[in-house]
Amino acid sequence: MNTTRSQRQHWMSVMAKAPSEKLIELASSFIKSDDFKTIRAPEIGLAQIRGRMGGTGNTFNLGDTTITRCVVQSTAGHYGYAFIRGRDKAHAQCAAKLDALMQQSTLASAIDAQVIEPLQQQWNAQQKHKRSETDATKVKFFTLVRGED
Amino acid sequence: MYVAVKGGEQAISQAHKLLAKRRRGDTAVTELSVEQINEQLPLAVDRVMTEGSIYDRELAALAIKQSAGDLVEAIFLLRAYRTTLSRLYTTDPIDTGKMQVERRISATFKDLPGGQVLGATFDYTHRLLDFKLLAEGPIETGQSASEQTSDNPADSDPLLMSRVLPMLEREALLVEEIDDGAPPADITQDAPSYPCDRSARLQSLVRGDEGFLLALGYSTQRGYGRNHPFAGEIRFGDVELCLTPDELGFTIEIGTLQVTECEMINGFSRLPEGEIKFTRGYGLAFGQSERKCMAMALVDRALQADSYDEERTSPAQQEEFVLSHCDNVEASGFVSHLKLPHYVDFQAELELLRRLQNKKSVVSTSQEKPA
Repeated sequence: MNTTRSQRQHWMSVMAKAPSEKLIELASSFIKSDDFKTIRAPEIGLAQIRGRMGGTGNTFNLGDTTITRCVVQSTAGHYGYAFIRGRDKAHAQCAAKLDALMQQSTLASAIDAQVIEPLQQQWNAQQKHKRSETDATKVKFFTLVRGED
Repeated sequence: MYVAVKGGEQAISQAHKLLAKRRRGDTAVTELSVEQINEQLPLAVDRVMTEGSIYDRELAALAIKQSAGDLVEAIFLLRAYRTTLSRLYTTDPIDTGKMQVERRISATFKDLPGGQVLGATFDYTHRLLDFKLLAEGPIETGQSASEQTSDNPADSDPLLMSRVLPMLEREALLVEEIDDGAPPADITQDAPSYPCDRSARLQSLVRGDEGFLLALGYSTQRGYGRNHPFAGEIRFGDVELCLTPDELGFTIEIGTLQVTECEMINGFSRLPEGEIKFTRGYGLAFGQSERKCMAMALVDRALQADSYDEERTSPAQQEEFVLSHCDNVEASGFVSHLKLPHYVDFQAELELLRRLQNKKSVVSTSQEKPA
């Protein structure tokens, strides 16, 4: 495999966080070109979420989240996996297919440039916008000296 | 005890139709969509997700619509749905220290790294009804910092927004929270037995009814198990949700999650090792659930009585009492079961009372007779 694990983690993360419609739209031309074998059809289940006492201490169970997983195999033989928070089978299927294609060195850079990078930029822009909205509510509190009389 | 009864099918189906009609309301008014509930009643959705114990905004909004706004009923619906899905994974613990903060305040330190950010809050509102909301129209949206000031747009960067309480930990003034690797209890698999582990307590408290925990937290402030709380830090925002599936063998991010966290700094106590330090209570919940988190932190601290050699004198300190009554699905289930037919049971009681009264009147009439 030519890709490193951190690269794969990156694209999987970007696809998981991307809005489903946008991902499917950007990915459609790549996905159409391959014939995928379904290894595990998109399946919805739960994942238990853990927190830490005091943010840093022992773990405890906070509750569950819905999750969708999917595994496909591309004609080149690569297995594509997707694990997405939420209940969107089309999202998971699309992400799994792209994960398989991204492992093919001939396609990786094109998909990265046309799908992953634009999604990452959209995410960054959203985060930046959110941050600036939040920063506008920043306060500076002053303590007042109480009068003695 | 209630007994099985037969019949009433038609009446029940008519009652359900009537409920659906009632829920829809006047058909001349546009129907409320699940999406609208999700977008415009986000805090109701947050509560239903937290106490319903599934992070899924759409499902929670659907439950709110179906329950016609009865949030306890919506929580019940979500819990019931939960049982239809299998649990495939356990995520890695979320790191609230790396939160993309949308609100962060501290009542203990005025100046903090990253500053105090109010975010979207009801605090400092006048609690006057806003009649502008009655008239449909565009809402005034917040001004972003870039329009207002350009000095440092990256202030709420998670890297700069460091946690507040470690400042006290570093000076050995506060009990530390360190991961000793103990696996957490899971009350969804094993019913808690008392006394139970703090991990089981926190899991119960997250799902616990906000009103019940709020009242208990309030009771500690009023003197029933006082624990001298300060809101050390309250933060709300997005955290990354990561998973390490066995079939993949490495960690991946599967999305983000909105959570609220409250770290309470409580009165100092002499620890078993002899040191005197501030103690702490912890609250964590899905979405923006600030009141719930604060109440949870107060109760979490109250329930640590044994760790600090405190006498358990008040309701909020009674572990079994708090944990076995805080779940509103269980509580409303048992209270509601009183509506089921208890005809036979009640007949028995009625019979007994009649017999007792007859006996009494026989006794009293026989006493009235002169010997």
